[in-house]
Amino acid sequence: MNNLEFTLLVGLGSFMAGFLGALTGLGGGVVLVPLLTLVFKVDIRYAVGASLVSVIATSSGAAVAYLKDGFSNIRIGMFLEIATTLGALFGAFLAASVPTAAIGAIFGLVLIYSGYLSSRNPVDPPQDGPPDPLAARLGMNGTYPSLTGPKQYHARRVPLGFSMMFGAGTLSGLLGIGSGAVKVLAMDHAMGIPFKVSTTTSNFMIGVTAAASAGVYLSRGYIDPTLAMPVMLGVLVGSLAGARVLARTKTKLLRWVFAVVIVALGIEMLYGAFTGRV
Amino acid sequence: MFKKSDWTDQKVEVVIANLLRAGVTLAATVVLIGGLIFLARHGFSRADYHVFAGEPSDLRHWQGIAHAALAMSGRGIIQMGLLFLIATPVARVAFSVLAFALERDWLYVGIAAFVLLVLLYSLSGSAI
Repeated sequence: MNNLEFTLLVGLGSFMAGFLGALTGLGGGVVLVPLLTLVFKVDIRYAVGASLVSVIATSSGAAVAYLKDGFSNIRIGMFLEIATTLGALFGAFLAASVPTAAIGAIFGLVLIYSGYLSSRNPVDPPQDGPPDPLAARLGMNGTYPSLTGPKQYHARRVPLGFSMMFGAGTLSGLLGIGSGAVKVLAMDHAMGIPFKVSTTTSNFMIGVTAAASAGVYLSRGYIDPTLAMPVMLGVLVGSLAGARVLARTKTKLLRWVFAVVIVALGIEMLYGAFTGRV
Repeated sequence: MFKKSDWTDQKVEVVIANLLRAGVTLAATVVLIGGLIFLARHGFSRADYHVFAGEPSDLRHWQGIAHAALAMSGRGIIQMGLLFLIATPVARVAFSVLAFALERDWLYVGIAAFVLLVLLYSLSGSAI
């Protein structure tokens, strides 16, 4: 395959990943690395590097839409970014010392778990009980727009959420994904923040988290410009297109199909890791 | 007082949204230009990413990247665009430090400054 064919095919695949990722809300980053390693036979370290920069592009590109509708909470985001950026640095260090087969295996498990997570229905946590004094001290409580006017919410169990965010950052730095699913889990399940606030704040944090490990990947020589080019442009254009279509489609079936694809890729990655193909 | 800070937060969010959009647009444009130059020159060479060799050392830090980009190397220009992309969230955090200072929220000035330091440490290349 020559460079022109490779660029066009990878660009097309990345476009589809970004498009479906935005349409289903599952994020395109998680299927990029399996696509590059399993289909295009790219070394997993180059694949993770290219995925990481495309994650920054989609997160920053989509944040524009989210920030303006008033759901995201920049204080919660900034405080938890302490945990995700430190985790991302740690993950980037791990990536250098862990064998590539182990990275492939961890990736497979994360894919299967993400597929499972996406099948659960979002339920807003009940807003009862006394507010966490630490959350109040950190100015994390806020309001979000709803049909019946601004609704109040309180954050709870800040230390638990913070630790889970460190884990999310580590996965992001090790695998080159946004790990939005784990971030949302930390915010809505652990900290009791409403689902809509969690998802938009999580998206807002993904770019900063990915930038923390991208610096390390760059100086280690894991970011190849000619591979990252079609991946980053393809995912960016795909996710912007997906966000446009989103408002006009019923995504339930599509979401289910994409979740099955993610689980299948996870099994394939695990199999590849154990047979030495990844 | 609560209302006043809410209003400021929303203004900050609009500025941040525009900052992010500008950064991504700039980065994508530079990457596209570099990509076209690369493909025009090397489009019909064989593509191989199967064997990991690591990038040459001049494409690993900003001085080398700037040098390669100024020499009109396609790969150097793409890498420059990717550097702009990585710098976009960093600029966002730097702006947040300033915005929290304008709101006189010193706790969050400290928090944002710490996040900024972690990002700069990673980008400095000393974290290998």
